[in-house]
Amino acid sequence: MIRFENVGLRYGMGPEVLRDVSFHLPERSFQFLSGPSGTGKTTLLRLLFMSLKPTRGLITIFGKDRSRVTRQELPLLRRRIGVVFQDFRLLDHMTTYENVALPLRVRGREEASYRGDVVELLKWVGLGDRMHVLPPVLSGGEKQRAAIARALIEQPRILLADEPTGNVDPQLARRLLRLLIELNRMGTAVVIATHDIGLMEQVEARRMVLSGGRLEIYD
Amino acid sequence: MTKAKAAKAPHPAVKLKEKVSAGVRQQAARTLARKQTPIVPPDNIAARAMILVVAIMTFLSCLTLGAVTLVRDTAATWQTQIAREATIQIKPADGLDMEAALADARDIAAGHRGVRGASIVSREATTRLLEPWLGPGLDIDELPVPRLIIVTIDPVERPDFAAMRAELAEAVPNAALDDHRTWVDRLVAMARTTVTIGMAVLALMLSATALTVIFATRGAMAGNGHVIEVMHFVGAEAPFIAREFRRHFLLAGSRGAAAGGAAAIIVFVLFSWWSSRNVATPEGDQTAALFGNFAIGTSGYLGVALVVILIAVLTAATSHVTVMAHLKRIET
Repeated sequence: MIRFENVGLRYGMGPEVLRDVSFHLPERSFQFLSGPSGTGKTTLLRLLFMSLKPTRGLITIFGKDRSRVTRQELPLLRRRIGVVFQDFRLLDHMTTYENVALPLRVRGREEASYRGDVVELLKWVGLGDRMHVLPPVLSGGEKQRAAIARALIEQPRILLADEPTGNVDPQLARRLLRLLIELNRMGTAVVIATHDIGLMEQVEARRMVLSGGRLEIYD
Repeated sequence: MTKAKAAKAPHPAVKLKEKVSAGVRQQAARTLARKQTPIVPPDNIAARAMILVVAIMTFLSCLTLGAVTLVRDTAATWQTQIAREATIQIKPADGLDMEAALADARDIAAGHRGVRGASIVSREATTRLLEPWLGPGLDIDELPVPRLIIVTIDPVERPDFAAMRAELAEAVPNAALDDHRTWVDRLVAMARTTVTIGMAVLALMLSATALTVIFATRGAMAGNGHVIEVMHFVGAEAPFIAREFRRHFLLAGSRGAAAGGAAAIIVFVLFSWWSSRNVATPEGDQTAALFGNFAIGTSGYLGVALVVILIAVLTAATSHVTVMAHLKRIET
């Protein structure tokens, strides 16, 4: 589904943040992306999400060469990738329901055509009773779940989550992890970027570890 | 049995009430379903400041435009009024029958194509003209006072002054024709300079307005970077994002520009009203002499409308360019 071959990236004229990174993310796979802070986890996620271009190497996403993807094609490809940002990136002036429905709304779909799906998804992530609340009123965990729901509403083929448990207590972290595992069982590939070893120990999954700009994979 | 049926059937008033409440519920549901929060956040402080800046700059631009329109119209009126008349002056001389000479000169002038009329300034009128200098009770026959004929000219089809001058010189040697050419030329030059300066001021004002509006819009857009990013990351296409912002800023810009334009129109209407109230007063006459009737006319109002539209469109265009630039930055 997504393949990296000898990918390298540097910002401007600085040193390479990522060096010779090669891996393959198969369909329906589940993996952790870990490593100390500042080793390039978020950068790697941005490469996966196509908001950065590699300075060298080859990235193939859904069978397309990243370097040949045009600006017009980008949004269409991105709809197959769900992203949960570390800082949630919810729009504070819109309700939880509207935030979750945003990916469908920006595609120009009528509200009546997706209302049921959004409500169902919000119930699934446990926000059924927080639908019409504005994000500033939500707790950290609720915001995280709203962000996950927004990433999932278009039924992406892969979900990228950047430190999804970074702002929540261990109990809620376990709940969120169960949610992501359940999602994976339903067919979505999942990449969780985290440096929370406790979280990784709860699941038997492939670990991609970044260190000094290089990636090592432990299957 | 019939009685029982009647008792079971709901009363027409109850039925109507049910129908109405069902309709109200349906309408409320439809309204609630339709009403979605706009994707672009409602106005924050920067956006409100932008609207205020747009309103102020539109007001100033419209005032400048109105002033230039006023000066242009007044200059045109000055030119037409002075170019509409010519004067024949007949100097007295020994043995000259002044009244006969006046009549001859008048007939010659009136006979030319492009002359609407020619009238002799009567003895009484001439006396009145000289009264401020020579005092009352002046006997015009005691002094060698020249006499005048006012020739009214068609401003569209002007007469051949050279031919008229030659014919007058032949028939009435003491007659001199003044077509006010010197005055008209000087006035035209002055009016053109005034209008050119006005146009330059207007161009500067509009440029300043455009730049201010651009910077104010960019300032208001700066707080929306996260919205553009979120929309971009949830798969919104660039034209969709740009359209949302364009629409929002077109509305905001229109609000500001309309307020500024309306304020300028109010100022013009007030001035016009003031000048019409002061007709035949010293201040009113002074103002009327300088600025005519102080009305900017249809072209002035159309100009104001055009400025308002241009500024609103400029606001929307700036937001569009800013969104596209921001998206380009995210991509790289």
